Amino acid sequence: MPTEILMPALSPTMEEGTLAKWLKKEGDTVSSGDIIAEIETDKATMEFEAVDEGTLGRILVEEGTEGVKVNTPIAVLLEEGESADDIGKEEAQPSGGSEAKTEVKESDKTDKAPPADAPVAASPAAAAPKPPRTPDWPEGTEVKSTTVREALRDAMAEEMRGDEGVFVMGEEVAEYQGAYKITQGLLDEFGAKRVIDTPITEHGFAGIGVGAAFGGLKPIVEFMTFNFAMQAMDQIINSAAKTLYMSGGQMGCPIVFRGPNGAAARVAAQHSQDYAAWYMQVPGLKVAMPYTAADAKGLLKSAIRDPNPVIFLENEILYGRSFDVPVMDDFTIPFGKARIAREGTDVTIVSFGIGMSYALQAAETLAEDGIDAEVIDLRTLRPMDTDAIIESVKKTNRCVTVEEGWPQGSVGDYITGVLMREAFDWLDAPVISLTGKDVPMPYAANLEKLALVTADEVVEAVRKVTYR
Amino acid sequence: MATRKAAAKPNVSADELKTYYREMLLIRRFEEKAGQLYGMGLIGGFCHLYIGQEAVVVGLEAAADEGDKRVTSYRDHGHMLACGMDPKGVMAELTGREGGYSKGKGGSMHMFSREKHFYGGHGIVAAQVPIGAGLAFADKYLGNDRVTFTYFGDGAANQGQVYETYNMAELWDLPVVFVIENNQYAMGTSTKRSTKSPSYWERGAAYGIEGEEVDGMDVLAVKAAGEKAVAHCRAGKGPYILEVKTYRYRGHSMSDPAKYRTREEVQKMRDERDPIESVRQLLLTGNHASEEDLKAIDKEIKDVINEAAEFSKESPEPGLDELWTDIYAKDIPQGEAVEA
Ligand SMILES: Cc1ncc(C[n+]2csc(CCOP(=O)(O)OP(=O)(O)O)c2C)c(N)n1
Ligand SMILES: [Mg+2]
Repeated sequence: MPTEILMPALSPTMEEGTLAKWLKKEGDTVSSGDIIAEIETDKATMEFEAVDEGTLGRILVEEGTEGVKVNTPIAVLLEEGESADDIGKEEAQPSGGSEAKTEVKESDKTDKAPPADAPVAASPAAAAPKPPRTPDWPEGTEVKSTTVREALRDAMAEEMRGDEGVFVMGEEVAEYQGAYKITQGLLDEFGAKRVIDTPITEHGFAGIGVGAAFGGLKPIVEFMTFNFAMQAMDQIINSAAKTLYMSGGQMGCPIVFRGPNGAAARVAAQHSQDYAAWYMQVPGLKVAMPYTAADAKGLLKSAIRDPNPVIFLENEILYGRSFDVPVMDDFTIPFGKARIAREGTDVTIVSFGIGMSYALQAAETLAEDGIDAEVIDLRTLRPMDTDAIIESVKKTNRCVTVEEGWPQGSVGDYITGVLMREAFDWLDAPVISLTGKDVPMPYAANLEKLALVTADEVVEAVRKVTYR
Repeated sequence: MATRKAAAKPNVSADELKTYYREMLLIRRFEEKAGQLYGMGLIGGFCHLYIGQEAVVVGLEAAADEGDKRVTSYRDHGHMLACGMDPKGVMAELTGREGGYSKGKGGSMHMFSREKHFYGGHGIVAAQVPIGAGLAFADKYLGNDRVTFTYFGDGAANQGQVYETYNMAELWDLPVVFVIENNQYAMGTSTKRSTKSPSYWERGAAYGIEGEEVDGMDVLAVKAAGEKAVAHCRAGKGPYILEVKTYRYRGHSMSDPAKYRTREEVQKMRDERDPIESVRQLLLTGNHASEEDLKAIDKEIKDVINEAAEFSKESPEPGLDELWTDIYAKDIPQGEAVEA
């Protein structure tokens, strides 16, 4: 029976990809291990190897097709003695090819629709002509749809152009173009002196970064993921964060430690941890955790200029998402200024980083039921714009916080404490701090889903605090 | 200090040779199937295949005795199969199912078996190195003559904790064999781009640890070197380092575009140095096995792998209450005041 070759999943987060190139044509013999096609994911172009042997009977998805969903049949392999005429006999499906193509078009369309959680058009309420609290860029500025990945790269490139002392260091940042392609193109533009591949030695190169900062440079240290920064924890806390204080103000440490933080997809306990609450605890550090591409860009530029050590927590799942970024020569976002992502009157939902997707999604659902949520994106956790939260709670009298990290000692618990002390008289319900579950991240798909915080849980928590 | 290259080839029986062939082939076919299941979305996250490196674990397991321990990185499927863990349980862990070695909670990178003395499956590069020395510490403390095989990569070999461990292992004469699986790349970084020291095993000299380089594409050479290392440890002479030169055919993980080396480089290794093919040739040219015999082995392995794949698809997802189990060990004896 002819075997269908299916579009493979080539990364933990891949759902669809581009069939960039066929390296075999119809009629070619294929043996296992042969590279038959090149497939582009959002991160990279990958070679696709044959597993079975046979003859390539028919190509179902032409090269150049974008948005091919994982597991879509892309070709048919014939075993010895079979001919192309056998294709489709058993499935009684005259034109598998054209069907595959229609499917692709569909997914193309959905791809271009704005994401459900696009912050600007979040709801009719947000569209109402209320003056924004503090606009991040002047009205009328041209904006460009940009991925978080590109925004981060642009921020680094712009700062490197402006300041010779800025350099990037980390594992696979140069020749490989970044394990998650955040430093793509930087080696070409700035050369090996300023874009530096390190051996796998986090504790060592974090410390070298700290020393270089003491010595007058402005390092950007990339951790392939923040899980590996635990190897470097001593240098980050004991050396970077505390030296200014210990030296009586003489010796600052202008360094940025950045990389993806939190759960990706199915990478299990040692690779799926949100460190927001950990770093937020440390005096001497600043901590940013952006959600949108504009914030990623504006905050990273501020972080690089900051004379203090900054922990910059990104998220692998957000890297590929697009948001509007203003087209400006020098666009920055200050630390310590929250963003009102959606205005509302019934409840305040506070989040940051990927938690914002759940918060905004929940706000949509709640709006359908007539519950009008205000959603605050903290953007930076240290300094934290607690004024924005208090101001909002004085209006809504209720608050739910959303984060991916663990419950005990969470960011939400800190906010709850602040509200207890400073807005007690305005609260009409106990604050609910929603977090990931109190367990190491499991690998199994069903358990991982349970371990993460969800939009449904946000909806449920809001119903609790609004008694509706 | 011994500075030998490949160890002299030991005499092995035709049966032993066939066993190594079978075990290496089992790993290769297992990994090919895992790659396929990953492509179908049945395996998620990171999945690091061992194809090309099979002779390393098969050779060293041939030098191990019952009760010896092993610990390694996330590239662990081969180690588990070689120490006798069930392909069904390994594959079902890859698909995140109840029948997996960690009930689906660990995945590709994190599996363990007390029964087979396999201590994981570790995701943080080089974290397993001090752990391996710690296992050896426990054996020495308990007064048994077990040896621990501690596997790590060329990339891991640059981590600081490796050298902290070397120092203590030699200081305390711990029975640990440090196995550096030098497959020449750490993700996209070739060894030349991460160190200027000419060899990894020689770094042990700074701490007084003996070692040698081994041809990791030759299962018999690996076995001979392993026997020597194990004898050294069991004699109470402390740790030993084996730098095993090997090669991974596939990308670092499933999502590695592998642009840092040429297709020709990989193909040349496959064509000229393949560890399975060379044993196959040994068997055929020495008239130890016929084409038919080998076909029968191939068929047998294919069945084992298909059975494992079926099991890994049919085994149910873990029960939802498993989310909350295994966070703490139970049954802590308490003093009287607490119990009362
Ligand atoms: C401390 C730490 N840093 C980085 C990583 C990401 N990472 C995983 S594997 C790897 C390469 C390791 O190469 P090597 O030690 O040679 O082992 P191989 O993968 O070749 O078996 C890297 C950088 C990690 N898991 N842990
Ligand atoms: Mg390696």
